[in-house]
Amino acid sequence: MSATIATDTAGQGMPEAVSKGAFDLDWANVAKSGSIAALIMTFIALSGMPDGLDARPIVDGVRVLTIGYLTLFAVPLAFGWMIGNEVVLEGMVATKRGPRDLVAGAAVGALGGVGLTLLVVLMSNFDLRDPLVNWSPQLFNLLTFDSGVGVGVWVWILIGAVLGAIGASLRLLPAKIRRAVIVMFLTVVGFSVLQGLIDDIVGNVGETIRDPGRFSEFFGEGDTPRPRVDSVFDPVINFIYSQTGGLKLVGAIVLALVAGALSLSGRGRIKAAKASYNAKTGPERTKQTSIMIGITAVLLILLPFFSGKIVNELLANVGIFLLLALGLNIVVGLAGILDLGYVAFFAVGGYTTAVLTAPKPGDAWPEWLPTLPWWGALLVTVVFAAITGLMIGAPVIRMRGDYLAIVTLGFGEIIRLLFLSDWLKGYFGGAQGITNIPAADFGPLGTVSGVDPRSVFYLVLVFCALAIYVSWRLERSRLGRAWMAIREDESVAEAMGINTVNVKLMAFVVGAVLASFSGAIFSAKVGSIFPSSFLILVSIIILVVVIVGGMGNIMGVIVGALVLIGVLGGPKQPGLLQEFSEYKLLIYGALLIWMMLKRPEGLVPNVRRSRELHQDEFLQDAWLKGEVDTDDEDGELATEVAPA
Amino acid sequence: MNDDNNSPEVDETDGADAETVEASAPAKDTAKDKGNPILEFRNINTHYGAVHILKDVNLAIYPGEMVCLLGGNASGKSTTLKTLLGMVTPTTGEVVLDGEVVNDKPTSYRVERGITMVPENRRLFKRLSVAENLQLGAYLRNDKAGIQEDLERIYSMFPRVYERLSQKAGTLSGGEQQMVAMGRALMAQPRVLLMDEPSMGLAPTLVQTNFELIEQIHQEGIAIFMVEQNANMALSLADRGWVLQTGRVVLDDTADALLANPDLRKSYLGEA
Ligand SMILES: Nc1ncnc2c1ncn2[C@@H]1O[C@H](COP(=O)(O)OP(=O)(O)OP(=O)(O)O)[C@@H](O)[C@H]1O
Ligand SMILES: [Mg+2]
Repeated sequence: MSATIATDTAGQGMPEAVSKGAFDLDWANVAKSGSIAALIMTFIALSGMPDGLDARPIVDGVRVLTIGYLTLFAVPLAFGWMIGNEVVLEGMVATKRGPRDLVAGAAVGALGGVGLTLLVVLMSNFDLRDPLVNWSPQLFNLLTFDSGVGVGVWVWILIGAVLGAIGASLRLLPAKIRRAVIVMFLTVVGFSVLQGLIDDIVGNVGETIRDPGRFSEFFGEGDTPRPRVDSVFDPVINFIYSQTGGLKLVGAIVLALVAGALSLSGRGRIKAAKASYNAKTGPERTKQTSIMIGITAVLLILLPFFSGKIVNELLANVGIFLLLALGLNIVVGLAGILDLGYVAFFAVGGYTTAVLTAPKPGDAWPEWLPTLPWWGALLVTVVFAAITGLMIGAPVIRMRGDYLAIVTLGFGEIIRLLFLSDWLKGYFGGAQGITNIPAADFGPLGTVSGVDPRSVFYLVLVFCALAIYVSWRLERSRLGRAWMAIREDESVAEAMGINTVNVKLMAFVVGAVLASFSGAIFSAKVGSIFPSSFLILVSIIILVVVIVGGMGNIMGVIVGALVLIGVLGGPKQPGLLQEFSEYKLLIYGALLIWMMLKRPEGLVPNVRRSRELHQDEFLQDAWLKGEVDTDDEDGELATEVAPA
Repeated sequence: MNDDNNSPEVDETDGADAETVEASAPAKDTAKDKGNPILEFRNINTHYGAVHILKDVNLAIYPGEMVCLLGGNASGKSTTLKTLLGMVTPTTGEVVLDGEVVNDKPTSYRVERGITMVPENRRLFKRLSVAENLQLGAYLRNDKAGIQEDLERIYSMFPRVYERLSQKAGTLSGGEQQMVAMGRALMAQPRVLLMDEPSMGLAPTLVQTNFELIEQIHQEGIAIFMVEQNANMALSLADRGWVLQTGRVVLDDTADALLANPDLRKSYLGEA
């Protein structure tokens, strides 16, 4: 049977839902999706991810619940979910959801599993380790659950079918329950992934509660370290986490139950709070906003006290890239200028600061080159960055779209190659870069250097707050409106009297200045900079952060930076999931494709924007049902045909 | 139609000397009463690359009048508007604003002096809110109080716009978009409103409302320069009109005379 959209049935009126037999499926589609699933699973297996991440248990002691296995399990789950999402138009008839979705999910999952079965069979007979580095006995053992080829040949088909059916069954659940299930799953995985972070912070908070004197130690007082005390939270942490990594089974179950219960009961309350906030206007709203900002600020200021070195280092890195992302968000998100060479301004900021603060940056500099304190250098850096912004901006600003993107890409590389060149070696040290960049000295406030990641975090926090405030103000300013107008329709913007060339140059300059702040902090943090710190990859990753966060959306960019840089890691910095470092780019790429296909509005969508982007789907669904249905409590337009 | 037949008429409109020649044009007399033209084309030629679009075009728009420019597809109507607003620079000839030659002045200079365009197909900033669209209309103004006053005026003119201030302009209905487009243009405090096919893409019922709206704006003393395919409707409202054919002005007369012109009836008004 076929599921082509019939166009010759006009006049039948509104679509009518019909029930069908459980096996009355669109098998061609199932076969297609199943083959794609099989390919993806095989690819993931051979990419080395399952193997590399197998050491990272989600629930300790349950052999198959590791992040490594999860990378494989996710595929049939997702495909099962997606096959249920298929809106099948048969003539003017939309089919109801029901058992046939489960069968479809199971079938797709099983087909995906066949991919791994084939792989297991091949692996047991051939050795292709030469081209495929991950064609290893470890992978074989992982795929066969250490039970040899006899198990390996069928087990993945079974797993695939079960997970595919589970994925599809999620669609059949009422929205409320489905949300709870997803929250439970994400909580367990999240707690496991964030173990290092939670362990560290909760442990420190608990110790301080038991021994408040520790707090003064954070300020560097007291010469001898205070004796370690047990954290008051130790029982909780020990209940949830296993010593050897991962959650304890009981802990995981309790966590999931708590999360599920909270999701079921708390959802309405969060919504109510949100609604009451949105309903407020004028001074009352301002007051509430200030309170929220105040609480966030206090938490952020306290956070580093209770975090260890690794976590602080991580936060500092996130901040440096967040600063870059906020700058690029103005250029790309607000003004709509696709700048692929944004790293150039980061580099200019870094090098200018290095040259001005390092005692002996290069032989070729004249005697009178001053050695400035960091903040003094910062002022010069800002001016320099603005000039670079104008210089790069002026020639490219008259181009549009793809041409502009390519030219900026070129400029980004040219700047790096200049710093790398032999010609300017006397100034910038070529590949050896500039070393001995001193810590940034703020007198009584202390110094900022990479040795003390906490100090870097604070410095970065100040600049991020500044950048967020500036972005927020700009978005509501005349200049910001002009940027958005140009992004939307350049020639109409011109007809409104906007001087498009100048206004776009302003975007370049503001972006350049924010990036140079980041570069200046980076310089003081790492103490030595090289051209290889400013690869094109930085531009790309920052752009991904902006896109994943939702272009032009400040909150989204913050979340994007936390998730991508914090969890997966930056261009050269590891994230919380250090084991992921190798696959970072693979994941970034996959994420980007998925985002563009499914969530073009970014991770934290602006509701209205999201509706607009998905309008076609909404309309299609509304038409299919003969009405526009609303989700049970969200008031969101439902994107699926409701269960019978 | 024959270009040569009509070219003498074209010359007559050139500046103030035209008044002495034509006795049969009452609208021109009204124009004379209204003083000096705000905006003028003097022998304008516009090229896109090597392609010659506008050929020796002469136009004049006087304060407070309503004029229309008719012409078939690709005759250069939109190009005329763009040249008037300075988004396209003419190769020869002069664009004159309040007696000053403004050929090399940017669009912003003209917008600041009261020339505003409602572009073809409305072209709102789709992902910006209605409020932001209106604000952008007042981009070059600095008088906060005046802007607020004009906003209120527009809200009272279009109550529906007020209801939808925070909605994204792209999600508005066609009629609502037209209101916002007009509102956006009015926010610039125009003396001359250039309208590129205001009724294009509107439902037949809306076309009528739309023309009433234009008439209302005109009543407030704003000069309207309207490009229209809907010649019947446009001419019934306008004082004067021009007909453009392949970049040349082939007819230049009062609206009544144009309506009565058999050539025009045949080629533009069709069977209507
Ligand atoms: N930017 C451009 N570059 C090259 N040619 C152009 C450009 N803009 C317009 N043209 C050409 O100039 C001619 C006149 O265009 P214009 O838009 O002024 O026509 P119009 O009278 O407004 O037509 P319509 O009634 O279809 O809107 C057309 O042949 C068009 O293809
Ligand atoms: Mg046109």
